[in-house]
Amino acid sequence: MREVVAEFARPVMLYSVGKDSSVMLHLARKAFFPSRPPFPFLHIASGWDFRAVLDHRDRMAAAYGLDLIVHTNDEAAASGVNPFDTAVGEYSRLMLTDALKAALDAHGFDAAFGGGRRDEEKSRAKERIFSHRSADHVWDPRNQRPELWRLFNTRIARGESMRVFPLSNWTEFDVWDYIRAENIPIVPLYLAAERPVVKRGNALLMVDDEARMRFLRGERTELRNVRFRTLGCWPLTGAVDSAAVSIDAMIDEVRASRLSERQGRLVDGAEHASMERKKREGYF
Amino acid sequence: MLTAAVAHATNETCGAAEQGAQAHADTLRVLTCGSVDDGKSTLIGRLLHDTRFLREDETAALARDSRRWGTTESEPDLALLVDGLDAEREQGITIDVAYRFFVTPRRSFVLVDTPGHEQYTRNMATGASNADVAVLLVDARKGLLDQTRRHAAIVSLLGIRHVLLTVNKIDLVGFDAAVFEAIAAAFRVIAEPLGFLSVTAIPVSARYGDNVVTPSARTPWYGGPPLLALLEAIDLGGATQAKPFRLPVQWVNRPDLDFRGVSGTVASGRIGVGDAVVTAASGRITRVERIVTFDGDLPEAVAGDAVTLTFAEPIDVARGDLLADPKARPAMTRRFLANLVWMAEEPLKAGRRLLLKTGGTTVSATLRHIMHHLDVTTLAPHPADRLALNDVGRVEIETPMPLALDRYADNHDTGSFILIDPATHATLAAGMAVETLEAARDVHRHPTLVKALDRARAKGQVPLVVWLTGLPSSGKSTIVNLVETRLHALGHHCAILDGDTLRQGLNADLGFGAAARRENVRRVGEVARLMAEAGLVVLVALVSPFRADRDRVAARFPEGRFLEVFVDAPVEVCRARDPKGLYAKADSGRIVGFTGHDQAYEPPLKPALVLDTGREVPEISAARLAELVHARAVPTAANSFDSANL
Repeated sequence: MREVVAEFARPVMLYSVGKDSSVMLHLARKAFFPSRPPFPFLHIASGWDFRAVLDHRDRMAAAYGLDLIVHTNDEAAASGVNPFDTAVGEYSRLMLTDALKAALDAHGFDAAFGGGRRDEEKSRAKERIFSHRSADHVWDPRNQRPELWRLFNTRIARGESMRVFPLSNWTEFDVWDYIRAENIPIVPLYLAAERPVVKRGNALLMVDDEARMRFLRGERTELRNVRFRTLGCWPLTGAVDSAAVSIDAMIDEVRASRLSERQGRLVDGAEHASMERKKREGYF
Repeated sequence: MLTAAVAHATNETCGAAEQGAQAHADTLRVLTCGSVDDGKSTLIGRLLHDTRFLREDETAALARDSRRWGTTESEPDLALLVDGLDAEREQGITIDVAYRFFVTPRRSFVLVDTPGHEQYTRNMATGASNADVAVLLVDARKGLLDQTRRHAAIVSLLGIRHVLLTVNKIDLVGFDAAVFEAIAAAFRVIAEPLGFLSVTAIPVSARYGDNVVTPSARTPWYGGPPLLALLEAIDLGGATQAKPFRLPVQWVNRPDLDFRGVSGTVASGRIGVGDAVVTAASGRITRVERIVTFDGDLPEAVAGDAVTLTFAEPIDVARGDLLADPKARPAMTRRFLANLVWMAEEPLKAGRRLLLKTGGTTVSATLRHIMHHLDVTTLAPHPADRLALNDVGRVEIETPMPLALDRYADNHDTGSFILIDPATHATLAAGMAVETLEAARDVHRHPTLVKALDRARAKGQVPLVVWLTGLPSSGKSTIVNLVETRLHALGHHCAILDGDTLRQGLNADLGFGAAARRENVRRVGEVARLMAEAGLVVLVALVSPFRADRDRVAARFPEGRFLEVFVDAPVEVCRARDPKGLYAKADSGRIVGFTGHDQAYEPPLKPALVLDTGREVPEISAARLAELVHARAVPTAANSFDSANL
């Protein structure tokens, strides 16, 4: 993180408010102590964010004096794009990828920290820690720089940018163990509580906003003890049944789980190697 | 496991988003090398699978992918766990370095996977630079190949000291002990000159799992533990902590006027409160006052710790500086020998200008000389005048300013560098410092107490160097004398360095060949710098025909403190003047290598001023130059005394 701050004119930290982002925020506070993190935090809000996520975001920003920027693709939202009617891939491209690119361009950021990890998905095993993007934010897997030792080539031309993934070599377990060891505040949704959900296929969807929820025929809201393993848009993120109300219990459950963390994300299953394609388009 | 994660985290906290550092023993970074055919991907898949690091949905995806791409028919093809990018899958090969993770109760592991196809050198070097140990895979049916030798050589070159020779597909040779023994013995012969600390051979079948995670009943003749147990047991010995203290400064931490610290990750050794540290470039020594972290001050920090240091006496430290143990300092060098792994399509030739990044510093560098090319199969040197893609070679590199470097063999962090293309910004090469060429290793700059700034204040002028270059007899000496007279009248304190005069004393030992001319220019540049540090306005009159030599001098001064002035008279005019009769002597053959006769002159590309002495009388030229110099030497808001600190 220090390397980025020293070598780039206008860095930003992408802040999704999830567990990886929470670790990133904590590391940023540590890396620059006693200074405050010398960059703004950018949250791409889709308009379908869990309310608990927004609350947590605002609480953190206030507590730590963060320079918080919130960006939403209002144009797409106004034109009726939503997670129920729009195809999942299209929705995520418009509300997340395009919104992110627009925000990065609007502020002229030349380096953006993300919480991506190499263990998240097969194709990420090869991602660089410093990932070079063209002026159109395009990632070209054939034109990436070798990363030798700890010497990162941070040179870019005007208009180009760098995505930086300090957690590349962390695993999901590392993230949770670190959150526990350092007592890092996280969104309560990661711990089990009684929440209103509907069962759709194999997924449990939380009804975070009854007024905006689109129920299918025969679906009924029920109260179940659930928690989330990842946090995306609430109509697209599956919960798991859980009794883990403490972080210790939750970590034990995660460790024992036979499913990977992305399994709760409806967007990944959409098509083969879909992450790969999204990444080339400029998704994080 | 908690300890593993926490150690991991403290390490990565601030350390520039680094790979898990060598320093903490909880995570072992394992380089896997071998070709696709050796079953490397299957071996990695087997490690992930048998350590239960796979989840059900990943296993389901594996079964699905196996049906589509797999080569193992009915069983899941473990190799598919390791492939990721679409294009690679279609080609059936991995095209880059990939990182995989798994944990056992003993240790965390990062598997650094590099492919065995034509880009092997580049990718292996990249992978090896981020690994602690190497697993070298050979196919039991094929035995040692040239490729095995290459892998061993590159692993050795990059400084990996522990090798596990994994003889795979032992099932396909009927679990024959003799086959295994023969391969192991042949490898020991190869490894002998490569300086490994440990070489261990293991017979395995990645496909069936023999001796990978669990011992195999089918190799009763093998008495050793399985591969995973060997990896768990490797002791790196905390080697980086035992080395002299080094901390490359990443960032100056200045939240308010009361706090000034420098942040970085300890690259090697340890540092405690009260310990003396030296800034390698300036030679200034100070003591550590506090070791500041978010979790409170520390009494001591060791290799791998990301910290912020404050000092008892404030010293001028900036990003790019290297803090070191004053008793075991890095070399300060402008010229050094290095091993390079060349990674670009376009071959490297001598004279190439590049950017060099080491630690937190990036400087321009010139590739002076290619000494030889290394045959990566035998590590034997061969004469070469270029390095092609994937070549490894020994080169000489020069930088305009002294660089703090250790030998790579002594310290991987402070002895490694990358070369960057100044135009495209591509990473062109991995470099490892071998030795410094200047005798500067044991000679360190002695800082003065009164600074250049103080001397400049005492003189009431901002010092600078005015460098007049041009053909012999173009009028340089005449003009500097007139300029000094004018500046003296304006109250400036000047000094003149005249090439002809200096050749009778300081440079009396030098001839007129290209190397001697370069040295002549270097010495005059150094004297000019000393005089400027003393607070003077220095007027230099020197033919200095080569642009590179002048540029090297200019690079020793801050922006605006070195004015290059081109005294531009046509050669016919100079020849007609010829007050010293030199052109006549050159014509008659009594002088060879005379600039303007049989020696080329390279005019400046961006001179601060051009004096056309063919058309202009010397008094006019001198007046124009004096005006410019006066404007630059008078202290004003734009010419602050601060710029006197050279």
